[in-house]
Amino acid sequence: MEDTQSTRRRWLGLTAALGAGVTACKRSGPEQAEETGPRLLGKPVSAYGERSPYETDTRALPNTRTPEAASSRTPLQDSCGILTPSSLHYERHHAGVPNIDPARHRLLLHGLVDRPLIFTVDEIRRMPSVSHIHFLECSGNSGGEWGPKTGRDASQSCGLASCSEWTGVPLSSLLHEAGVQKDAKWLICEGADACKMQRSLPLDKAMQDTLVAWGQNGEALRPEQGYPLRLVVPGWEGNISVKWLRRIKVTGQPYMVRDETSHYTDLMPDGTARIFTFVMDAKSLITFPSGGQRLNGPGSYEVTGLAWSGRGRIERVEVSTDLGRSWQNANLQEPRLPMAFTRFRFPWKWDGSAAVLQSRCTDESGYVQPSKEELIAVRGLNSQFHYNGIKPWKVMPDGSVTNADA
Amino acid sequence: MLMPNLVAILALLAVGRTPTPEEIRAWDISVAPDGAGLPEGSGTAAAGKEIYANRCARCHGAKGEGRDSVPVAGGQGTLKSPKPLRTVGSYWPYATTIFDYVSRAMPFDKPGTLSHDQVYAVTAYVLYLNGIVAEDAMIDARSLPKVQMPNRNGFVPDPRPDVGRTRGSGSARKAR
Repeated sequence: MEDTQSTRRRWLGLTAALGAGVTACKRSGPEQAEETGPRLLGKPVSAYGERSPYETDTRALPNTRTPEAASSRTPLQDSCGILTPSSLHYERHHAGVPNIDPARHRLLLHGLVDRPLIFTVDEIRRMPSVSHIHFLECSGNSGGEWGPKTGRDASQSCGLASCSEWTGVPLSSLLHEAGVQKDAKWLICEGADACKMQRSLPLDKAMQDTLVAWGQNGEALRPEQGYPLRLVVPGWEGNISVKWLRRIKVTGQPYMVRDETSHYTDLMPDGTARIFTFVMDAKSLITFPSGGQRLNGPGSYEVTGLAWSGRGRIERVEVSTDLGRSWQNANLQEPRLPMAFTRFRFPWKWDGSAAVLQSRCTDESGYVQPSKEELIAVRGLNSQFHYNGIKPWKVMPDGSVTNADA
Repeated sequence: MLMPNLVAILALLAVGRTPTPEEIRAWDISVAPDGAGLPEGSGTAAAGKEIYANRCARCHGAKGEGRDSVPVAGGQGTLKSPKPLRTVGSYWPYATTIFDYVSRAMPFDKPGTLSHDQVYAVTAYVLYLNGIVAEDAMIDARSLPKVQMPNRNGFVPDPRPDVGRTRGSGSARKAR
């Protein structure tokens, strides 16, 4: 099928693509000559590894007077594969990151249970554990996309989403230990941060697939991610995966706490607000080429990105390069896991003219990612949360990439 | 009757220890919308005015209009408008949430420093700023759950999926 010329062009395009994506890669410097003389020894072994000094991708930080109640954004434009490094996982804190000694931390489980229990972190780590790969996404992610001025790059547009391997104990195991009583329907889950952030979690979801996690990507949770214990509620809005978990009270009713009434409720045009909007709808994002990157001349490129759904696996991702006139299936990279990032790839030959790139995903429930216009037609402009519209990127003739509406 | 229980307990992993009732009481700061969990104590808006001025107004504004943080008063009747103002008075469905949130999370830079009486008084003052209670109304564990919030019936269950189509059925999904 492919002659040597086109293979070579694709490779050149791909290398250019990587160069644009990995901004810190010193591609513009002179090539390193073959060394012939004596060579310097490298660094010795080290106790805890660090990334190359040439790599500088970082979380995007907000300009705020209260950085303890703020969020930082994952640089999805620089991502590869499906996992987010723990150090680049997005943050959303409400009262800062607490400094918790795991030897002193306790989890209290009480309320409508036969046997209230206090667990140490060691006791929880001793119980039979599982490791699952799941995305977490703030339901406020892409909140800026509702308005006319949308995110200029992948991080600003969609950076409150990340994906990790989480290790922990099924919450159902702890509930089984305590013996849940007949009238129990909800769990009030509380963190050990300064504001004791809390959410009401339905018992069904707690029994189904919720984890009390202590591990992330092969090591202990990072402090920003809830060290030493957090909930991971797969597929649901990030806020309910309570970090620094200290207490679970089993109840017959939700407690209508601030972060499920004043916040994380979705105001509709008729003045009513949706409450307990837990599931994250299917969403996809092209990470290359995306806003702020640059194509190095016409030729072959690999369009790539991420898709995920709170309702299960991603079944299909379609890509359009012609302003949405036609859509073609992208290749889905295995593994395709439920409620996890799925990486998609799509070969594209850029002819050098202006182009609009878009991706649209379908999940295993059959749900198709909607357009911005479809979302606004139903929900208006003031619902703040749960924006999952198709994100267009515009490639300009000079190779620069912008948010298409800029 | 002892045997089935014993068998059930033996099947467990037997991790964790049983907390004392005192430990549970000390840890359990939850407040339910029916008022369960509200502590002893009380306060009025008149008493809360000075506490609010000293501890809250810097961020939320002298009259609750919001400055460096969100407004806590005003906005009633704006939820259908193009610029809705979501405040305690216009949006929050339960008065108990005010006590609970102020008690656990406020003031932002020094949470946990207000006494129960002070939290009741600030709660009363925020309700007063919104025209929901009188300045001399006594707010405590019995009266607070009875306060009728203007937007109490403004919330609806999640109807999603509400937008776009579902592949396979071929039919367009409509909003509620």
